[in-house]
Amino acid sequence: MYSEKVMDHFQNPRNMGEIEDASGVGTVGNAKCGDIMRIFLDIDEDGIIRDVKFKTFGCGAAVATSSMATELVKGKSIREALQVTNKAVMEALDGLPPVKVHCSLLAEEAIHAALWDYAEKNGITIEGLEKPKSDISEHEEEIVY
Amino acid sequence: MIYLDNAATTRTAPEVVEAMLPFFSENYGNASSIYSLGSVSKKAVNQARRILADYLGAKPEEIYFTAGGTEADNWALKAAAEAYANKGKHIITTRIEHHAVLHTCEYLEKQGYEVTYVGVDENGIVKLQELEEAIRPDTILISVMYANNEIGTLQPIREVGQIAHERGILFHTDAVQAFGQLPINVDELHIDLLSASAHKVNGPKGVGCLYIRSGLKLRSFIHGGAQERSRRAGTENVPGIVGFGRAIERAVDIMPEKIRKETMLRDYLIEQIYEKIPYCRLNGDRTRRLPGNVNFSFQFIEGESLLILLDMKGVCGSSGSACTSGALDPSHVLLAIGLSHELAHGSLRLTLSEENTKEEMDTVVTAIKEIVERLRAMSPLYEDFMKKQRLAYTGK
Repeated sequence: MYSEKVMDHFQNPRNMGEIEDASGVGTVGNAKCGDIMRIFLDIDEDGIIRDVKFKTFGCGAAVATSSMATELVKGKSIREALQVTNKAVMEALDGLPPVKVHCSLLAEEAIHAALWDYAEKNGITIEGLEKPKSDISEHEEEIVY
Repeated sequence: MIYLDNAATTRTAPEVVEAMLPFFSENYGNASSIYSLGSVSKKAVNQARRILADYLGAKPEEIYFTAGGTEADNWALKAAAEAYANKGKHIITTRIEHHAVLHTCEYLEKQGYEVTYVGVDENGIVKLQELEEAIRPDTILISVMYANNEIGTLQPIREVGQIAHERGILFHTDAVQAFGQLPINVDELHIDLLSASAHKVNGPKGVGCLYIRSGLKLRSFIHGGAQERSRRAGTENVPGIVGFGRAIERAVDIMPEKIRKETMLRDYLIEQIYEKIPYCRLNGDRTRRLPGNVNFSFQFIEGESLLILLDMKGVCGSSGSACTSGALDPSHVLLAIGLSHELAHGSLRLTLSEENTKEEMDTVVTAIKEIVERLRAMSPLYEDFMKKQRLAYTGK
C-alpha cells in the first residue's frame, strides 16, 4: 500500500525529536482524525532553518510525511521553506495512497504553523504566510486527489 | 510468523481441505442432476447441512447455504423487513453490529423503515432496558450480534431472544464470530434467524449459511433455480459447503479443548500486557468475551503504525484505527463503548487460535512493548503528557 520511500521514512524517520528553546513550534491536526504533527524550527539571524525536528502521532503516512517535510526545509531560507507544498512532500515520497493525502497537507500546515510561531515571537511578518488552521479536518472534503 | 488475526479469517484446516478436494476433481457433479455423479454431490451437501443443524439444535431444512455471513445478514434483514412490512416498519439493532448489519439497516431506512440503534455499556454489552424500551407496536425485528468482532463481547442473546418472543417480534443474530467457537442452541436462545460464516472457523472462504426457523415465510434472496428449497437459487458451492460441514464437525469435536486453551492464552496475554506496558486499557468485558479475543488501546499512539511495525516483526494483528479502514473515523464499536478518538485510534486487536502457544504470547508482548515505546517517543501527545506529569510532581 505504501511506496518504498514512505516505508523507509516511517521506519527510519529523519529529524525525529524536539528542539529545546526552538525559534518556532507548530502543532496541527487533532486526535479525532488520528493525526497530530508538531514541528520545531531553529532559525538563525539570517533567516536560515539551521535545524528542524518533528514529533507525530499518526499512521505510517503521517510519520513519513513529517520526516520528509523536515528534510525538505532543513538548511533552507524561510522563503524557500514556504514553497515546500504538500505536493512536493508527496512527490518526494513517490506518492501516497489517496486516503493519505491529508497527511501531506498536515505536514505543510505544521511547517507553516511553526513559521507563524517564529514570526509572532519575533514580531515580524513573513510575506505569503497566513495564519495556519490548527484543525484541518474541516476542509478535508475540499482535497482534490 | 505469529498469526493473531483469527477474527478476520482463519487457516483452512488440513482435514477440511482434504474433505473438499474430491468435490473439485472426481465428484464434480451438479447436485441437482439425476445421475449418480450428481447425487454424490447432493448427498455431500445434505450431510453438511445435517452437521450444521445438529450443532445448532435445528432441523436440516432450516439451514440455507449462502456465499457468506454478509449475504446471510443481508438476506435475514431485508427479507424479514419485507415479509412483515404490513405489521410494521420498525427494526431494533445495536450500535456495535458489523457493517453487514449496520449498512443493511441504513439501506432499509432509505426504503422507509425506521431503525433504533440501541447503545451498549462501557464493556460493550447491549443495554437490555434500553432495548426493551425501544420496542413499539410496529417493531417487527430485533437484530443483536452474538459476539462482537472487534472487542469480543458476548451479548445476552437468551435474554434478547426472550424479550423478542414475549412480544411476538422476530429475532435475528449475526453469529459469525461465535459460530463453531461456542455451543449455540437456537431453541434455548429463542433465535429465529442466525447468520454464520465458514472461514472464521477453519472452513473455506465464500460460504456461509442462514438459519431460518421453520414456519417463517421469508422471500427468496436470489431468484433462479430450485436450489435451497427455491429460497437461494444458484448451483451449490459443493466443495465450499462440504468444507463448511467438515469445519463444523471438527469445531464441535475440539470445542471444549479449544475454548480452554484459547481462554488460558487470552488471559495470559491480557495479564502480560497490563504488567509490561503502562498507559493501556483492555477494551470489552474482562470475562464475557470470546475465548480468543484480546483488544487493547495504547494511549498516545496510533494503531496503523503499530500494525506495520508488528508486521515487520512477523506478527499479524488488526486495529480499530481509522487509517486501517480507509475511513476518517475510528471504529464505531470503540466509540460506542465511550472511548475517546485518541484511544480508539490506538487500538490493537489480537485474536487467537488453538494453535497459538504461550511462547508466542511472550514474543508478542515483547514486540508490542518495544514498538509502543518507540512510537511514544515520537508522539507529541506523549510529550505533552510527560511534561504535565513532571509539572505535577516537581513543579517545573
